[in-house]
Amino acid sequence: MTNHIDLGTVLRQTLSANLYSNLVTRPTGAAVRTQIELLLRSSGAQDRSLTVIDFSHVAMIDFSCADEVIAKLLMRPGQEREAYFVFRGMTDDHWDTIETVLERHGLALVVERDSGLELVGVLEDGERRAFQAIKRRGRAESWELAGDLGEPEPAVRHALDRMCHRRLIMRHGTMYTPVGEGGGGGPSGEEVA
Amino acid sequence: MTTVINVPQSLDENSFEQVLQQVAPLPADAKVLLDARHTRWASPYGLSALLTLGQTRDHARPTLAVPEADDTVSYWSRANFFFYADEFFELKGVVPKRATHSDSQVLLELTPVSKTEDIHDVVGRIQDKTRQIIGTELGIDPKALGGFTMTLSEVCQNIIEHAGRGGWVMVQTYNWAKRLGRRVVVIAVCDAGVGFRTSLESAGSHVPDDRWDDAAALEAAVVRGVTRFRDPGRGQGLAGVRKYIGRWNGKLSVRSGTARIAIVPDWDDDVPLEENLPPFPGAQIQVTIPERIPAR
Repeated sequence: MTNHIDLGTVLRQTLSANLYSNLVTRPTGAAVRTQIELLLRSSGAQDRSLTVIDFSHVAMIDFSCADEVIAKLLMRPGQEREAYFVFRGMTDDHWDTIETVLERHGLALVVERDSGLELVGVLEDGERRAFQAIKRRGRAESWELAGDLGEPEPAVRHALDRMCHRRLIMRHGTMYTPVGEGGGGGPSGEEVA
Repeated sequence: MTTVINVPQSLDENSFEQVLQQVAPLPADAKVLLDARHTRWASPYGLSALLTLGQTRDHARPTLAVPEADDTVSYWSRANFFFYADEFFELKGVVPKRATHSDSQVLLELTPVSKTEDIHDVVGRIQDKTRQIIGTELGIDPKALGGFTMTLSEVCQNIIEHAGRGGWVMVQTYNWAKRLGRRVVVIAVCDAGVGFRTSLESAGSHVPDDRWDDAAALEAAVVRGVTRFRDPGRGQGLAGVRKYIGRWNGKLSVRSGTARIAIVPDWDDDVPLEENLPPFPGAQIQVTIPERIPAR
């Protein structure tokens, strides 16, 4: 199941006034995150879900709001099921703020850019290399990726498992796939908000 | 007996200390007259701090003798000063009616901030104005605009999260031809709340030591990002503001209680920490972002 959440829409639904396109203040961030969590719970629970969080209609985000919406969403991605997130429509201004928040908590996330999916935030070099390798193949086992990278398989598997744990890539048995590239766990395209 | 407090001819972050030095020794219920008749110029900090001073003298409503110069009193009116000052001061002198047109240099007139919705309003208004002015007329790098609005949001949130009562914000552009040879944008945010020291002391984990005072509290909050909250995500606001200030070679100063801390750029000769200032409740913040000169 792939959900699409337009943050601008959630923001306007959350606030009483229908005028704002700025994700500012901690109470606003907490309200928006709560609304996202409600939407995800009501969107049909499955063992695994992929949610695209769309910033296209958000003019700006401040640190307090980024901490409430993004950091807390990534740090508690749903206890009852595997929740994966891809962030879309992020501008340089959004990223300036979000990067600081990710650094503060040691977090990373998957962002969709014109060039495709990218991993950003706090990452080890081994994770970056493994992600690039898995992106090239689309779907692969750890020994295949180790061969591509010319690195020991245990080290590559460690990096892959760490990224799985951080919900940056998906695992299907012994196969690894990038989040958002054919590994969503079901048919895509449900518009949640 | 009424004590006359002389308001300096030029009222800004530094000269406002002269006002506080005169007010500090007086009992809370002392009758005072703030004499601003000869004041010719006031910065956003000067105007918002003056309103804040009025808020603190609620035991005996002070009198404010307004500036005599037409252009000065007209500017104070366009900045909405008298509209809000009327609540805290007995205004003496000729006060113009509330201005119907705004000043193009004033990006945000004096605006009260006491709840989250106020910040959405402030941020929305400043975005409209900055689109018109900062990027084009002022030559401030457009890449700095997002961070500027974020900075404004974070410093205003400081009031709501920590002050315990409302405060004021004002934003203005200047041409600092003599001082800097460049234009600048200045944000002033002032409140008369509990201040940084009391806010941090309210944290359950706070253990005061021998060095604990207003300066130590400011250092903890502004430099190290310490807050009264246990949530590890807290404290990012002022840290983010510092990062933005550093990137755009700006200046940040924060006064609270009897101390003032500043992140000082190379173009300014301010001191990084001042202690033993006259006591003043709450927190007063000023952010200055200079125009970026394109590399040749």
